[in-house]
Amino acid sequence: MGASVRPSFSEGLGGEQGWPKALRGRGPQAVSGILTALGRAGLWSPRRQLLLATWQALSRALVTMDAESLLLSLELASGSGQGLSPDRRASLLTSLLLVKRDYRYDRVLFWGRILGLVADYYIAQGLSEDQLAPRKTLYSLNCMEWSLLPPATEEMMAQTSVVKGRFMGDPSHEYEHTELQKINEGGKVFEEEVVVQIKEETRLVSIIDQIDKAVAIIPRGALFKTPFGPIHVNRTFEGLSLSEAKKLSSYFHFREPVQLKNKTLLEKADLDPSLDFMDSLEHDIPKGSWSIQMERGNALVVLRSLLWPGLTFFHAPRTKNCGYIYVGTGEKNIDLPFML
Amino acid sequence: MGDPPPDPEPPSQPPSSRRSSQVSQRRGLELSRPQPAFPEEAEQIPLDTSILQSNRGVLASQANLQGWSLGASPTQQENLTMFQAEEAQLGGVEYPSPNMGFPSELQPQLYLEEGGTQATQNAGLMLQQLQRGQSNLFQQLESAYLETQPDLLGQFNMYQRDDLQFSQHGPYLRDEPTLQFSPSEPGFTPFTLEVPEPEPLELAVQNAKAYLLQTSVSCSLSLYEHLVNLLTKILNQRPEDPLSILESLNRTTQWQWFHPKLDTLRDDPEMQPTYEMADRQKALFLRNGGGEGQQEMEEEVAETAVPNVMETAFYLEQAGVGLSSDESFRIFMALKQLVEQQPIHTCRFWGKILGLSRSYLVAEVSFREGEEEGEEEEAEEMMEGGEGMDAPDEEDEEKDTDIIPKPMWKPPPVIPREESRSGTNKYLYFVCNEPGRPWTRLPHVTPVQIVQARKIKKFFTGFLDAPVVSYPPFPGNEANYLRAQIARISAATHISPLGFYQFGEEEGDEEEEGGAGRDSYEENPDFEGIPVLELVDSMANWVHHAQHILPQGRCTWVNPLQKIEEEEELGEEEEKADEGMEGVEQEVGPPLLTPLSEDAEIMHMSPWTTRLSCSLCPQYSVAVVRSNLWPGAYAYASGKVQL
Repeated sequence: MGASVRPSFSEGLGGEQGWPKALRGRGPQAVSGILTALGRAGLWSPRRQLLLATWQALSRALVTMDAESLLLSLELASGSGQGLSPDRRASLLTSLLLVKRDYRYDRVLFWGRILGLVADYYIAQGLSEDQLAPRKTLYSLNCMEWSLLPPATEEMMAQTSVVKGRFMGDPSHEYEHTELQKINEGGKVFEEEVVVQIKEETRLVSIIDQIDKAVAIIPRGALFKTPFGPIHVNRTFEGLSLSEAKKLSSYFHFREPVQLKNKTLLEKADLDPSLDFMDSLEHDIPKGSWSIQMERGNALVVLRSLLWPGLTFFHAPRTKNCGYIYVGTGEKNIDLPFML
Repeated sequence: MGDPPPDPEPPSQPPSSRRSSQVSQRRGLELSRPQPAFPEEAEQIPLDTSILQSNRGVLASQANLQGWSLGASPTQQENLTMFQAEEAQLGGVEYPSPNMGFPSELQPQLYLEEGGTQATQNAGLMLQQLQRGQSNLFQQLESAYLETQPDLLGQFNMYQRDDLQFSQHGPYLRDEPTLQFSPSEPGFTPFTLEVPEPEPLELAVQNAKAYLLQTSVSCSLSLYEHLVNLLTKILNQRPEDPLSILESLNRTTQWQWFHPKLDTLRDDPEMQPTYEMADRQKALFLRNGGGEGQQEMEEEVAETAVPNVMETAFYLEQAGVGLSSDESFRIFMALKQLVEQQPIHTCRFWGKILGLSRSYLVAEVSFREGEEEGEEEEAEEMMEGGEGMDAPDEEDEEKDTDIIPKPMWKPPPVIPREESRSGTNKYLYFVCNEPGRPWTRLPHVTPVQIVQARKIKKFFTGFLDAPVVSYPPFPGNEANYLRAQIARISAATHISPLGFYQFGEEEGDEEEEGGAGRDSYEENPDFEGIPVLELVDSMANWVHHAQHILPQGRCTWVNPLQKIEEEEELGEEEEKADEGMEGVEQEVGPPLLTPLSEDAEIMHMSPWTTRLSCSLCPQYSVAVVRSNLWPGAYAYASGKVQL
């Protein structure tokens, strides 16, 4: 246990709040490590396990449209104007619990709603213990029966990038796309028009994946990384302070870091490796593709993405409440640079 | 923190080896001189130990947590990094108070200090007490290591060196004294052969303690101090079940250390805007005039122009659209305030437009008959005045310089704006950023603004006077752009079920009006609601009740040629103008109350989507129509109610 204690102190003492963050940013493992070390020094040893148990039992997990806190989250995210009708809310609460039981997920989050012409898709995601692992996505047309979607692959992305326009709302609908394909026939090369059928389900999968990769965000300090690799929810995350909440740099993309390696050493020196392991929003291109607003005076900070209009992220500063939801047509706003 | 409770267990073994000189009774900052070194063990300790030790905050037991001061850690960089065998400075050690009953303080350890520090209440003593039932080992260790030269002096800021340091610790384990007593390894450690027995244990304890005392550049609180604080707090307050609240105590102690409570005279600066907003919104909820007489109640019960926002919000919520209910209520109050301030005949909450830094709440109002807005006339006068100024300047220039060939191009005539209360300017729009803020009136929209607004696509920033930078250039600032968009949206998406509105009796012949079409309608008193299912099935059951905007930018067509004929002065230009304008044809748009099924398709999809709000119980559900052209435009109808 000594090994786990040491890095947590050596790495964790950074940031503006310094030392308390070291202890705060630690989840059950590290704190138990500390306690174990102290126990070896003659303290707390008989009560260590009890402490661990209480630690883990205390305080809710990070709120990101969790099934348990769905109502509060929807209320806070309602500033964008899109929400759920009461019957949908009620059915979501019940069905998400059942999904969690059936698929044995650690947490089930309500991701959002994609508006289609005929019907809307309601999307939920299930998570395992490791927060950054690929999530399982489920969709439903009536918030009651959920179907699992296949994980997104590169070919799916390439295939569906040619499809434009709104979603139909019918999962079995097929888009037709004519392509020119070169066909070799006995030495002769000629082009032929091939009609490619793309299923709407595939398109759904790739759009959800794109949205997640591009604009799913999480506040700094909500997750922490243990030295062994897995990412955990930070149970001591008390929320961003007001001054931090207005800055883009306090929010991270909820995905594997892409730009982190490109930072200079000077920048990296200020980072806290256990908390700053994801890309922050301030380097997003184009600049200004996020709109930060404070609502209700300063009691709620809302970030809206302009690249994927419909994604709303909300956070009540100094509290644990935060989350994001996507309610939109599932189309990327490629006019963004002209609109700013 | 109250007075410290009497020490429950007087220490039974004051270590005999403690030097009384190390003890001081005062509180406050103190720095005592270093003790003569303990020479013998000193040399034996390898020189490469360097447990980080910067400074130490010290807690006096009853003192407020806020009263601590810490020496500056970064300045100690110049200090020794290696253990010196000679002397080290000892910080003053404080007795918490005579009540605690500790006869002598355990001299904590060597540490370097810049400023004064307050004495530490040695946690070891407390721990000692706790451990009393378990083992006396710790006491012995504590006592023993007083005599040894503490080996920590190293002060380093970089944690990367941690690895080096600890790996160079050498043979003894840094923090596991108990390990050496484990029966599985009976005394095979190298020390037991060479040095007297307590030695490695003391060293290990010292290492442990020094490690606990380390702080970093960015914060000056060490784990040791924090634990001291925490345990002191617990011992002072003696909560019922300390284990279960341990974590929250931990967090609050940390929080208090870094965020001392500001004095009561000053408000928290961060919360200032929130409080201001709350104050402003509180004003909304107060009744106008203060008194609550019978008279006022009667007046309010009578018809008021304020719309029933809550009812609308309820239906829209069924459709899955809308703001949260307390937000809706605040909007309701804000509309009420608007109605009181302005002479308003009808009022309606039009919607909310999201902007980059702020959003707009839009209210659609129409003034009472005869209440002309004075501002508008002033604006017109100013514009005309401006135009008059320009002409004389041009003439001057022409006389002075060579005659430059005048361009043949004449700008197309400005199409006149529609009168208030007609066409696109049928309603007035007020906007505010948040309920509680004052309402601002938007200017009337001109056709050229609408035409340009069709060509550009820009985000709203939230500030009405922000410029709209775009190509083709938009004539006006954000207020004008907002108004133009509102006009377009209203014209396209204000719909109602078939039959809800009907045309009034016509007075003139349709042909005489130049094909402008009817532009007024009235509610149909005989309207019986269309069943919801039918509303959902067919788009023919819905009609537009807002006039369509022609490509010209107006609802009623105006022949720009007519205007030129009035200005007949320059013969030559007139002919050319006629040539250019020959192709102008009258623009006709779909007449009022056209069903939605006639709407043009957008990219092979119908421009409207209908939905039942709740498929589980169609009897009570609401028919919802959503526009695919303007995302965010919703209309609902249920029985006789419609929006």
